[in-house]
Amino acid sequence: MSTASTATGDNGANEGPLTLAEAAARRSKLVSGVSMAVVGALGLWAFGLTSRVSGAAHTIFGLKEDPNAAGGLSPISAPSQALAIALMSLAIVCGLVRAFAPISKRYQLWTAIIYFASYSAGFLVWAAAGSSVGLNVPAILAQTAIQAVPLVLGSLSALLCERSGVVNIAVEGQFLFGAFAAVLTASTTGSIWAGAIAGCLGGALMCALLAVFANRYLIEQVVLGVVLNLLASGVTGFLYDRLMSTNGGTYNKAQGFNNIRIPGLASIPIIGPLFDQNILFYVAYLLVPVVWFLLFRTRWGLRTRAVGEHPTAADTVGIKVIGLRYRNVITAGLLSGLGGVWLTLGLASQFGKDMSSGKGYIAIAALIVGRWSPIGSLGAAVLFGFATELQVALTSLGTPIPGAFLAMAPYLVTIFVVAALSGLSRPPAASGKPYIKG
Amino acid sequence: MSTPEPEKNEPAAAPTPAKPAAPKPSRDWGTVVRNVFTAENSATVTFLAIVLALVVGAIMIVLSNTDTMNQLGYFFASPTDFLSSAWNDVSSAYSSLFKGAIFDPATVSGTPAQFFGPISNTLEYATPLIFGGLAISVAFRAGMFNIGGQGQLIVGAIFASYVGFSWTALPGLLHMFAAVLAGIVGGMLYGGVVGWLKAYRGAHEVIVTIMLNYVAFLFLGGWLLNTSVFHDAAAAGQAVGKPATPSAVLPHLFGDQLFTDIGLVFALIATAAVAWFFKRSKLGFEVRAVGLRPSAARTAGINVSRVQIAAMLISGALMGLIGVTQTLGLANPNNNSLSPNLDAGLGFTAITVALLGRTKPWGCVWASLLFGALQAGGALMQTQAQVSIEVITVIQALIVIFVAAPQLVKEIFHLRAHKIDTGAKGEDAPPPVDPFHTDTTTAAGGEA
Repeated sequence: MSTASTATGDNGANEGPLTLAEAAARRSKLVSGVSMAVVGALGLWAFGLTSRVSGAAHTIFGLKEDPNAAGGLSPISAPSQALAIALMSLAIVCGLVRAFAPISKRYQLWTAIIYFASYSAGFLVWAAAGSSVGLNVPAILAQTAIQAVPLVLGSLSALLCERSGVVNIAVEGQFLFGAFAAVLTASTTGSIWAGAIAGCLGGALMCALLAVFANRYLIEQVVLGVVLNLLASGVTGFLYDRLMSTNGGTYNKAQGFNNIRIPGLASIPIIGPLFDQNILFYVAYLLVPVVWFLLFRTRWGLRTRAVGEHPTAADTVGIKVIGLRYRNVITAGLLSGLGGVWLTLGLASQFGKDMSSGKGYIAIAALIVGRWSPIGSLGAAVLFGFATELQVALTSLGTPIPGAFLAMAPYLVTIFVVAALSGLSRPPAASGKPYIKG
Repeated sequence: MSTPEPEKNEPAAAPTPAKPAAPKPSRDWGTVVRNVFTAENSATVTFLAIVLALVVGAIMIVLSNTDTMNQLGYFFASPTDFLSSAWNDVSSAYSSLFKGAIFDPATVSGTPAQFFGPISNTLEYATPLIFGGLAISVAFRAGMFNIGGQGQLIVGAIFASYVGFSWTALPGLLHMFAAVLAGIVGGMLYGGVVGWLKAYRGAHEVIVTIMLNYVAFLFLGGWLLNTSVFHDAAAAGQAVGKPATPSAVLPHLFGDQLFTDIGLVFALIATAAVAWFFKRSKLGFEVRAVGLRPSAARTAGINVSRVQIAAMLISGALMGLIGVTQTLGLANPNNNSLSPNLDAGLGFTAITVALLGRTKPWGCVWASLLFGALQAGGALMQTQAQVSIEVITVIQALIVIFVAAPQLVKEIFHLRAHKIDTGAKGEDAPPPVDPFHTDTTTAAGGEA
């Protein structure tokens, strides 16, 4: 029941008795802060005071991607227990500040970011304590960025749709269709560029279906998204069985783009590997500021947001609501199709049944955790990519935590965010509601 | 679908002013025949939607056969080659679909087990879908989308399986009922979490349920099946749970030769119970009132939060029953043990079933029978005609899309023009329960 006052107003601005909504926002701030502090205290006990980090255990941070390469920075070794306790205390302080200090929304956001960062760092220190190999920081950074690429593209696609008032639960289906179309085209034509274009168009085709059925036939959009995901899974799975499972050499060849090494930037220590990736990687991350600029600094963006927030008002000032929605949703399909292209051509892998394995849904989670903004979605996508990468990194370190629980992290964080921060996170007002003129 | 026709399962949900009886169409034959061919007749639209979906499936089968497509290359030189080959593809696929789902003419002279085999397969596949359709319907009538069937059924299956292999001291039938109850409780708890988060923390149930699906999936496949409590030591290296003891397994319903288990009876009982729940119970009335308009229900003194939680508890319990039939039923290929993929996508298929059944309890049964038949037939189609069973998923999704867009079906078949009523401009009539379209004033998902 959040009214406009919680959505826009800073706290404490108006006097008089608290409105219901303000009370709810305050309670939400208190509850989320306290729960962050409690989870932080648990972390302090688990990561700072258990036997794994006690005594003389040290955590080694490797600063070269290839530890055996000559030259470069030498690894840093730090006492695990002190470092872990310091990081977890910082996290607890963030939770307490959030709960009790009278701070504005902007600083509340910063407490959340610092909280997550110090919490994950404390966890890593604990996980790598006593290991002779330690943490390979550049490799973890690069892998995190790679894991986040489809999430970034998918959340941008869902962002464009939701900002123009159409819920796009079908990112998963668009990934699958894009990935399939890309591999099929690239294998039959021999050109990966043709494959990339076909993949984007495949995603756009799925989004066109979404747009038509949502805007013209007014089907409920969450239901429609789920059904379109089933459709995409069925179509690609069927064609995979018919064409690719027997004729993999003809229709399902693993091909990939070459890496482009950006001179100068690629030789910076630690973050260098981020600048030695293929073209799709750069495109995905460049699209974030581009979409942000288009959405918040151009006329098209203003209109899109108007259509997503209050279509009737937008119509009154002469914006063609339905037409704009069609265009935006189909454009968004190009982005999620590109996410599908990344899964096959970007990672130089073959197509497999249901290969997107829930990444489309994580992308939507990133959009929500990122509060429907391009920059926020990028942050959430990187966070989720980090959680995915951790599963891989931690198997070599032999922690007592099973990989499955790390894999759950993005989902649990999302539930935590929508449940604890519900006052802060608000979808575009007209999202999911079809517009009927007249 | 939106004409105010009198419906058996659908009493006016709120105390509406006595509505003037809709002008009854005069019952002469001309009107009856004409009415059959309008887009408003949901039976016709459903039938045409099935036909359209099968046609699209046929096109896919032909397009994906490379030999047939090669003959298309010289279509104008010898069109019969392509046409006969395409006809062969389609007819062999769909005839085995029919044989697998309904009956095989070759078995007319065979044993009763052979004759009724396909039908009993259909019933077995339909059983979990009935539970799923009911579960989605209950949540939907309370104004919520339960996309979390996958997770709820997995948790239900975990609970049922644990009781199934560990509480071996219980005698015979009691053991089975204990396992079934455990499954219900498991799904109920997992669904209830969603209801609680929705009611008291304002978390949108669609997001929460999607996330909980993956949590349950990873919990089961990634961790639980590797623990010593659940992992079957006999299946070293495989993520398979311990098999349930025979006393917990759902018994055959029509004798050992046929593939239907007692889960079907449970499903029909559940259907009757849900129908009673909507029609006669106080909570059912409150559920429908909340689903139609939460603010009005709140004004009328209904505790909306409590109703939302209750609806999700019931929905989760029904999903938990899918978990029971998937582990302890005859459909389980792994000796009645847990496996990572036991969900079989049923939580999502359930949504399509509920939509096709228009969220009415007995409607869900018919929809389940149709989809169960497609599943059972698809399995035979895969082995006999070498057409991947994935095409069934496509057909199911298409049926639902076409049913949800009656206007599209109307345009394709040139049915009589009728603008679909979105409920936005309804004046006096209560808004029809329509799972496919939200009207623009109240989102069916309640307040986000």
